[in-house]
Amino acid sequence: MKTEIANPNQQNIDSDKQKMKRPKGTGPLAIMWREIVKDKLALISLILLGLVLVIVYGASLLLDQEKIITVDLLSIYAPPSAEHILGTDYGGRDILGQLIIGAKNSFTIGLFVTLVAGIIGLSVGLIAGYFGGKTDNVIMRIIDFVLILPTLMLIIVFVTIIPKYNVYTFILIMSGFLWTGKARLIRSKTLAERELDYVNASKTLGTPDWKIMIREVLPNLSSIIIVNLTLNLAGNIGIESGLTYLGFGLPESTPSLGTLVSYASNPDVLQNKWWIWLPASLLILVLMLCINFIGQALKRAADARQRLG
Amino acid sequence: MIKFILRRFVVMIPQLIILSVLIFALAKAMPGDALTGQLASNPKMDAQTLHELKQKLGLLDPPYKQYLHWAGGLLHGDMGMSVIHQVPVTQLLAGRMENTLILSLAILILSYMIAIPLGIVGGRWTDSWADKMVVGYNYLTFATPLFIFALIMLFIFGFVLNWFPTSGSVDIRVEDGTFSYYMSKLNHLILPALSGAIVNTTVTIQYLRNEIIDTKIKDFVKTARAKGVNESKVYTQHILRNSFLPIAAFLGYEIVYLIGGSVFLETIYGYPGIGQLFIASISQRDFSVVTALVMISGLATLIGTLLSDIILSAVDPRIRIE
Repeated sequence: MKTEIANPNQQNIDSDKQKMKRPKGTGPLAIMWREIVKDKLALISLILLGLVLVIVYGASLLLDQEKIITVDLLSIYAPPSAEHILGTDYGGRDILGQLIIGAKNSFTIGLFVTLVAGIIGLSVGLIAGYFGGKTDNVIMRIIDFVLILPTLMLIIVFVTIIPKYNVYTFILIMSGFLWTGKARLIRSKTLAERELDYVNASKTLGTPDWKIMIREVLPNLSSIIIVNLTLNLAGNIGIESGLTYLGFGLPESTPSLGTLVSYASNPDVLQNKWWIWLPASLLILVLMLCINFIGQALKRAADARQRLG
Repeated sequence: MIKFILRRFVVMIPQLIILSVLIFALAKAMPGDALTGQLASNPKMDAQTLHELKQKLGLLDPPYKQYLHWAGGLLHGDMGMSVIHQVPVTQLLAGRMENTLILSLAILILSYMIAIPLGIVGGRWTDSWADKMVVGYNYLTFATPLFIFALIMLFIFGFVLNWFPTSGSVDIRVEDGTFSYYMSKLNHLILPALSGAIVNTTVTIQYLRNEIIDTKIKDFVKTARAKGVNESKVYTQHILRNSFLPIAAFLGYEIVYLIGGSVFLETIYGYPGIGQLFIASISQRDFSVVTALVMISGLATLIGTLLSDIILSAVDPRIRIE
């Protein structure tokens, strides 16, 4: 950094050379990729996350889920050994297998909640911001209301009283409360965007509103959306495993990482049988840290003033 | 100013009404009513008397009448009976509320004690190694879910090192009101409060740091330096004065986080507050308690945001104009 400042001519020549060799991509994806490569922590996170996901999804294809959830009374609470690398739980079930299935479920459900909440938030935000006026007013009052709700408690209440409770309803319940932040963000960006000339030009040409929203405004918000979804993904994995930890998350037939952590509510397990809850806790931490680091790099990429590369 | 507060109050009223309607609808969707508990404890109750009792209590009225009755009761502090504990909900809540308030207050104080020095260090010496540590700390605490952090704290300091008690809010062997009673309370409070506080610092640190970085290049700060005010005074009397105000305004929003956090913290540390009561009640299907708790939390959130908006408008007059 310092040498660059000391010799600006040299830097110019260098960057000129670079330009001649390979023109830098200017699309949002190219910028994001450059930012991640520049930020070592984000790059390591991306590789680690990729590795974990490949292992988890790959292994869950090979694993026999039936065998893992079958109770084996002969090896209850077995500490780690060659047969069970991470030991077993109170039903003699292999922890490593449960860890892999749990990680798969936690990540998949986190992803789906992020997508569903993202689509709701995106549509509502776009509509409110693009049309403004009365539409915006009504939508914003609704969002303000949802924001003051005690979300966690209400999710738990819904989970308990809903008659047909399964993974899909769980995703819907979570998304139903988590779309507001995104809607607010997209709305404020759209409000700024719709004042710009290209929107007015399009309107004058007679382009229908939905086409302007989706084909013209939306692409201009893409980097902000990607950043927001990435950071939300980490948050949602945390919320899902937290709810499952409390016993109000995924149903028992679909174990999550939170299920393994929840065994620690038994003080004996927490104190003496670390192999049951600690790996799952650390895996949640690793997943969330990796996704966050990637998200922070993307956030810098979305803001030209903060870019490293 | 007064006009703004009044208008803010007026906005709050419909929110409060919609909130209560929503919670009432949820309460109706929950299985069981005010009589289910008495039914279990009274074998002589048959279908006929049950029907009569229901009529007397208004449980067969149309929903809007029932709602008005329920909301009227709420205004008088009547939240119904706990089916499991067979006591009025208000009585059940009193002690729990106190515990949760103490815990929340401790979390708030601790998190400001951690966040403010870190934010100042990060903002004043930007890009130094100390600032990098602060930013790193912030990344970590932002990404760590509260329940994992609390669990690991409990494991390390409660079980492995044995420094702190691992559950409850006070040692049952000490006498109420004595010195050792308060010491025991404090001892039970440290670990949950610290876990909650550390995870809670992120927003304050980030905000304070950004605010200082923005303020320290402003003209009035340059003027202060130019007229020879020494550097530490520039910070304490010129920059921080401006940067602290928005932090104070976040106080109300903090309440929202504390309510959500109390559910996890109290469950993990076996701390008898409203978060733990909520989980216990919903597991035992004690729905009158659940309804009351959701209503109280909603109300607390409403008051919290109201408080923040008022402080914010007092601090920053531009907000009032809108």
